[in-house]
This record gives sequence, C-alpha cells and structure tokens, in this order.
Amino acid sequence: MSKRVGIEVSIAIAEAVGLARAEVIPAYPITPQTHIVEHLSEMVANAELDAEFVPVESEHAAMSCCCGSSAAGARTFTSSSAQGLSLMSEVLYIASTMRLPMVMVVANRAMSAPISIWNDHQDIMIQRDTGWIQTFAENGQEAVDLTLHAFRVSEDRNVSLPIMVNIDGFTLSHVIEPIELPDQEDVDRFLPPFKPRYKLDPRRPITMGPVGIPEVYTEAKVAHDMAMKKAKRYILKAWNEFEEIFGRKYNPIESYRTEDAEVLLVTMGSISETAMTAVDTMRDAGQKVGLLRIRLWRPFPGQEFRRAVGKTKILAVIDRCLPPGALCGPVGAELRSLFYKIPGSPKIFSFVAGLGGRDVTVERFEEIVDKARAFAKKRPRELYEVIGVREK
Amino acid sequence: MKEVRIHGRGGQGGVTSAELVATAAIAEGKYAQAFPSFGPERRGAPVAAFIRVSDKQIRTREKVYHPDIVMVLDPSLPRLVKVAEGIKDDGIVILNTELTADQVRETFGINSRLAMVDATKIALEELGLPITNTTMLGALLKATGIVGKDALFEALEKRFGRLAEKNKAALERAYNETVIA
Amino acid sequence: MANSDAIVGWKTITFGCHILEPGNAANFRTGDWRSQRPVVDKEKCIKCGMCWVFCPDMAYNQDEEGYFVVDLEYCKGCGICAHECPKDAITMVPEEG
Repeated sequence: MSKRVGIEVSIAIAEAVGLARAEVIPAYPITPQTHIVEHLSEMVANAELDAEFVPVESEHAAMSCCCGSSAAGARTFTSSSAQGLSLMSEVLYIASTMRLPMVMVVANRAMSAPISIWNDHQDIMIQRDTGWIQTFAENGQEAVDLTLHAFRVSEDRNVSLPIMVNIDGFTLSHVIEPIELPDQEDVDRFLPPFKPRYKLDPRRPITMGPVGIPEVYTEAKVAHDMAMKKAKRYILKAWNEFEEIFGRKYNPIESYRTEDAEVLLVTMGSISETAMTAVDTMRDAGQKVGLLRIRLWRPFPGQEFRRAVGKTKILAVIDRCLPPGALCGPVGAELRSLFYKIPGSPKIFSFVAGLGGRDVTVERFEEIVDKARAFAKKRPRELYEVIGVREK
Repeated sequence: MKEVRIHGRGGQGGVTSAELVATAAIAEGKYAQAFPSFGPERRGAPVAAFIRVSDKQIRTREKVYHPDIVMVLDPSLPRLVKVAEGIKDDGIVILNTELTADQVRETFGINSRLAMVDATKIALEELGLPITNTTMLGALLKATGIVGKDALFEALEKRFGRLAEKNKAALERAYNETVIA
Repeated sequence: MANSDAIVGWKTITFGCHILEPGNAANFRTGDWRSQRPVVDKEKCIKCGMCWVFCPDMAYNQDEEGYFVVDLEYCKGCGICAHECPKDAITMVPEEG
C-alpha cells in the first residue's frame, strides 16, 4: 500500500529516486535544488539506498559523470538549477544525441544578473533545444510521479533519451504538502531494471561519442530529432501504465473547464494550480474562461494541444521567461508557430509573468484574461506584455 | 480553508512550527501546505512562514496575503513588522507577549481579535531555552483548533524524538495560559 | 564516424552515432604518405622500447627477438622515435619516389 504523508516536495523526490533504485547520483548542490541531493546523499550514507553518490566539483563535472555512468549501464540521476544548469549546458547536448538515458530534476530558478535564487523558467528555456525530453510538474505529487515516469521513459529502449523533470524552485521544492509515496513493489513493477541498448563493456568494446564529419552530422541530428518525435508515443504509453499501477492519470496537455470557453489561459508548472483557482473565480462571476496546462514541453505535443484548444478563439499564454530582444516568450512563440495560417485558429496573446520569484496571483490571471479580451478587439502594439511591471 | 502566517526571527523555528501543523493536519486526513518565506534567511532577522489547512485539495501557490490567523513568536516583532497586515476581518492575532490586550492594542495598533501568552517565560521554564515555536503551538490550538492536539503531539514526537516530552509540556502550559480577547 | 566514405542516412546511422566495431582504426592505413621513414640500426638498439612508447600512431611492434619494428602501414614519418631514441639507433631517411 502506498502511504500518504506530509512531506517536503524535495524530500519526496529524493525518496522517489530511492524507490526507483537509482545506482549513480553525481550531483553538485545549488539553491533551490539542495534538499533533493542532500537527502539522497543521506540515504546513500545511511545505506538506505545502494548507490554511488559522487560529490563532483562542478555541475559540468556532474553532467559529464552522468554521461559516463549512463554509458556504463547504470541508472543515473542528478538535479540542478539556474547557473548550475547552465554550467552543464554543453554536456546536455552530448548526453541527448548520444542517446544516454538519465533523469534530472530541475528546480527552476531565475538566471542572474541581478542575483536571484527565486523561481521562474529562464533557466530551463535556455536548455529548451538540448534534445532532452522535458516535463513540468504542478504539485508535489506530480513531481514524484513524473520522476518515476521519467526513469521508465528514458530507459525505454524505444526512447533512450535523457529527461528533465521541471519543478518550480521554492514554490514546489520547499513546500510541505500531502504526497502519496508509492510502495517499492509497485515501483519495481513499473520500472524494470535498466537494460541499455549499448553500454561500455571491456568485453565487447564499442566507441561512443566519435567525431561527426559534415557528411554524417546532419543525419545524426535528424536521427535524434526523429527519436524525440517517436518518443511521444512511449511517453503516453508509460503514463497509461502508470495509471494502471498507481491510479493517477497524466496527459501531455491538461484541460480545465474549457467547455464553451471564450478565453483559455495557457500555463506551465506550479502556477497552473493558482490558475485553476482563478478560472473557478472567473467562472463563478459568469466569465467563460478555461485553462490549458502544458505538462509535456519537449517533444511538444502539437496535435494534443490543437485538440485541447477546440473552438476557443482567444489564447492568453503565460511565459515565465523574458528573452530580451525576442518577439515574445518561448511558449508564446511555440504556439504561434503551431497555429500559423491554420484556418480558424485562435488569436494568441503572449504574457510574461512571475519572473524571479514574483507571485502570480489570482488577480494577475484575471488581469491577463481582461487584457487578452481587449487585445482581441484592438491589436496590441507589441507581441507580448509583461504583467505587473512598474514603470516608475 | 484556513490560512496562517507565522512571524518569527531566523532561528526561532517558525518554519518548524509550520511544518508540525501541516504534517499533523495531513496525518488527520486533511490537506495542508507549509512553506517558508523563500530566501536567504539570517539568524535574528524577521522571517515569515505560511500554513494552509483545508478539507479540500488546495489549489493555489500564492503566498498568504490575507491570513485567518497570524502567529508571532517574538515579543519584539510587532514593533518592527506590521504583523496584522492583510488579516481577514474575523482573523485572530496570536502573540507571545507579557502585555495585556489593552496594552497590545495601544502599543501596536492591532484591532483584530487577540490570543496572548507569555511563551518566552514558559519556554524558559519548561525547555530552558527562549525558543517559543512549539510553545506557541499551544496558543494556536487554544485560539483556533486548526488541528487536533493528538495529531500535533504525534508530529512533535516524530520530529523531536526524546525531546518531544518537554515540548509537549510547554505546549500544554501555553494552551492553558492563553488569554483570548 | 571516421570513415568519410560512409554515406549513411538518418535511418541507417548507428544508434547514438556509436562505432560498434571495436578497433576499426586499424582499417585506416594512415601511413600511405610520408616524406621520410625511420630505419633502426640493430647494432645500436638496446630494445628499451622508447620508440614504442613515444610513437603517436602506435606504429611500433615488438618482434620475436625483442626488437621494435615500425609498421610502415601506419608510420607517418614524424621522426619522434628518432628524436627520443637514447642510443641514436634510429635514422630518418628520405622516402624515394
């Protein structure tokens, strides 16, 4: 039987990594990811988890060590945030095109400068194009469930790609809330031992990571792209299997009160919960407003998203990232591409909110919906609007 | 849903008291959240922690802006921090203080209902330390019943092991000595 | 993917771009051009193996008598072996033609 406990989300994630029987954990601490790896190192030190905890000298080393460990056939986990994640950046591309399964929980945090330890999605959007599968959790239960799901998908021989599970720093990582921790037997049933397609083995030597001359580089990258696209099927399959064993159902795009909606908010991560409350408030006031939450960000589930939008005419997309000089935030840009020149497609308005730990409150969501309605009548001058910014 | 804001100073255990209440409520089958005011805390600096307790699933990640309950661990804090800011009309402020209700209203300008106990004195006598986080939970129980005493004691035992008994005694005394006005 | 003749498509490229055949560098005759080659004077050679240690292409192999002999299929004629030989037993001589 699974047990329902009041537990800090970071600790619950570490427990899930333990239940997944991770074998190698190279990690470097950084706020707000720290509690996850601290607890894992305690579990290893107390012999509660039979794993190698490698206290590396930097995040660059952490990710390099993850590549080695995965290549050698070990179930591999790490975690990072913001500047630390950026320090991993070059190795992230290596892990993914080399098709090395591993799981990383990213406790999302703003990028300095100015120095910020607080939550937004700028750190992960930098890594958007690394070719990792990327999911976003809305609450602690999802953080645990998506972590288990990530091992299952990553190590699936049809997928064999690394996965980042994104949890909002502090707003999720540091909250104590009720979480069902699954029991070991069920996790073992869901997650068979890691059997990689290829591994480094002196008895059967192969070369991993050779040079890719111009004649083959394009083919190698297309093979990776195709693997990402094909992965969606196995991501969904693993969510179905997850439901069969654990009884909780996950979809790549979640709809909330979208029936007859005139405006749909689009969110990612833990602000989705506040957004649901905002939708309830607006519905109570007679407004036809709904919500779409993106759980699977890479590979982007375009088909599912279009289906979820249905006939709604206005989308208010919230980015927690402000790319200076860009036309709009990355989620806004993605959705504009998705609907470009498709007949009957909705008007898409892009908003930037919740940067560097600023709260996105129910009132803010109401403001966003009001603005989207106004923009639908009179086109705004810019392709995005920053919410709650002071001018003076 | 009940929302609580705890004011303390870094090192006084405000986050721990939030954790104890939330885990106790969850053990009772309720839904709860406990979280600190996120950031680099310094020992002695004014800090806040938050609790939500509800019978239904809690679907918000906002900070607590309009608390039902404010709990203040340190007697000097109301001079520095507007502890009653944003409190609901029927909200209650639970203070660690030697002052009377009239003195509190006059000195700090708090108009809400009050629950008062000299938690520092109790903590010194029962624990030998002026750390009031568990003692003040007695006042919280008396003033609000946000969580059951049994569940809270169980959470204390889990958290503190053999030190739980002293904390329970301090909590019990505060419960009995709390004045509501 | 060391072989520039390997024309592969994205469907046929090896998984993760791995090279699945071990030691296939031996298939590439990297010594098909050089301007000079090493010649060992067995009178001077003490079989110390410094040439074998320093050869960047691992072109030296030890024969049955214990002498180190260069495999000209792989020798690029860089002369490091001659430079390092403590007994000056190796001379670089010009390739003809």
